[in-house]
Amino acid sequence: MTDHALASSKPAPRSLDHARSRSVPIAVYLALAWLIGMIVIALLADVLSPYRFTAPDLRNRLSPPGNPLHWLGTDELGRDVLSRLFVSIRISLLIAFGAALISAFLGTVLGFVAAYYRGFAEQIVLMLADFQASMPFLILALSVLAFFGNSLPLLIGLMGLFGWERYARIARGLAISASAQGYASAIHQLGARPVRVYLRHILPNIASTLIVMMTLVFPEVILLESSLSFLGLGVQPPMTSLGNMVGFGREYITRAPWIMLAPAVTIILTTLAVSVLGDWLRDRLDPTLR
Amino acid sequence: MMSAKTGMLLSVRNLRRIYTSRRGIFGASSPVRAVDDVSFDILPGETLGIVGESGSGKSTLGRLALGLEAPDLGSVVFRGSPMPMPSTVEWRGLRRRMQMIYQDPLGALDRRLPVLTQIREPLDIHQPREHHGNQVKAAEMLARVGLSREQGARYPHELSGGQRQRVVLARALMTGPDFLVCDEPVSALDVSIQAQVVNLLIDLQTELGLAMMFISHDLRVVRQISKRVAVMYLGGFVEEGDADDLFASPLHPYTKALVSAAPQARSTNRHERIVLTGEPPNPANRPTGCAFHPRCGAAMARCKEEAPALVPVGRQRRVACHLYPAAASDQTQAA
Repeated sequence: MTDHALASSKPAPRSLDHARSRSVPIAVYLALAWLIGMIVIALLADVLSPYRFTAPDLRNRLSPPGNPLHWLGTDELGRDVLSRLFVSIRISLLIAFGAALISAFLGTVLGFVAAYYRGFAEQIVLMLADFQASMPFLILALSVLAFFGNSLPLLIGLMGLFGWERYARIARGLAISASAQGYASAIHQLGARPVRVYLRHILPNIASTLIVMMTLVFPEVILLESSLSFLGLGVQPPMTSLGNMVGFGREYITRAPWIMLAPAVTIILTTLAVSVLGDWLRDRLDPTLR
Repeated sequence: MMSAKTGMLLSVRNLRRIYTSRRGIFGASSPVRAVDDVSFDILPGETLGIVGESGSGKSTLGRLALGLEAPDLGSVVFRGSPMPMPSTVEWRGLRRRMQMIYQDPLGALDRRLPVLTQIREPLDIHQPREHHGNQVKAAEMLARVGLSREQGARYPHELSGGQRQRVVLARALMTGPDFLVCDEPVSALDVSIQAQVVNLLIDLQTELGLAMMFISHDLRVVRQISKRVAVMYLGGFVEEGDADDLFASPLHPYTKALVSAAPQARSTNRHERIVLTGEPPNPANRPTGCAFHPRCGAAMARCKEEAPALVPVGRQRRVACHLYPAAASDQTQAA
């Protein structure tokens, strides 16, 4: 095994260069471009929108795409679909990114806490995770929104609770296995504080798994927001979101499919772009796969 | 005779570590005595070899000696002061003075950092402000263990097994420790690489005046590196003494069997190989009396009932066996 490793270590730099030159596939560029485009649109929605997203144009109701005044058409009240789409992207991205980051942070911290303290703290975290996993999130969300009313920060915070138990389980499991034997115990044994062991060594080592998990949770958050908005508990009209647009556009699916097609396509492409980028990022972050 | 002496680097007294394993929530807990009443001393610069089969408690003893685990009973005294509890501030500071070498170097290294960064890490932990000086010292240590600068920029998986073990060794020596516990450091390497690493260890030991506890199941390697050797069986020492002397004339039946089983290059004097019968010991279900008696060819009735103590036999030997009582009592009277 050692001889083999010796022999293979020599041509490593060349294959490394080779791998690097081809390591950015075209799909990743496209995904990146799409996501940057989405973020630019989200930031500049007010400037880019040709109309206010609530402004009705009663003479051009249910106008199909291609109308020189309304490129993507209008809805049943004659509101410009393009303007509504821009604002929806802003709201939905805010919710999805905010929620994905909150749940990743929360889950990872709780997972590390469980792995470090073990015992009672671990039991509590695992119990919470089991509770979260066994309870349909929609029901939890419904009850919270029904009791506390509805606001954007609350919605983001609520969505941030979605999926944390998966991060927590993964972070806990990987941290325990690293601590039981291997690099983490070796670093601990060198005299490092737990903060150093966890942040400088364990976190980078499990980051690839967490990032992939994030790209899996991200689309789910968008879809969850869509369902909540569709049920009338998410983003409230006149404010709009991608899920909201799909929900209300559904009523006109036969007469004016463009109302829901535009946000639906945006959801699909954005989640796809996040997945592609996350997949590539995982390989990229792992030096053993380069 | 066995009171803690001054001048000792490490004094271990009556060390005991018991793990309790439980079957199910309501199952009866069964204690496993991983290390059972072990005492020894290590002088500065001295190497103590620990031999024994799997599950005999070698690694646990190493971890206890380093203070990575707290013993259930007994004491570990390092340079005159008792070992602090794990993960305390004093304990962390003490890591500069004592280090560990692992069996699996790839597992002991962070695969996401270049090896030079990892060699520097102990200094970054203990003196984080001297960043530049740390880098220079790490580069010197890299050369000292025989790795090139280019290899220092690589990741662990891009190095061979022997090179990785050199990296682990370099990292352990960074803070200039007095005491090194090597837990099967060469078992995962093939024989030619083993010799290189062992020679490097011996060189560095004489150069830096390191004391070592060298844990292995390979008698050949232990004999090469250690001045003193202790043989472990089921958590306790059965024999301890000068390495050459012990391997030349083993006293305890278990040591005899071990030595006879070791392959020899020139077997002109074909001595008979002692093949142990019976089950390998189960630490959760210890035999009564002497732990070795079910497999011992020389077992007597007394062995079933009474566990023998580790008593001095001859000049530098301690043996735990009822076969050697007379010499033992003479020695204790003399001492």
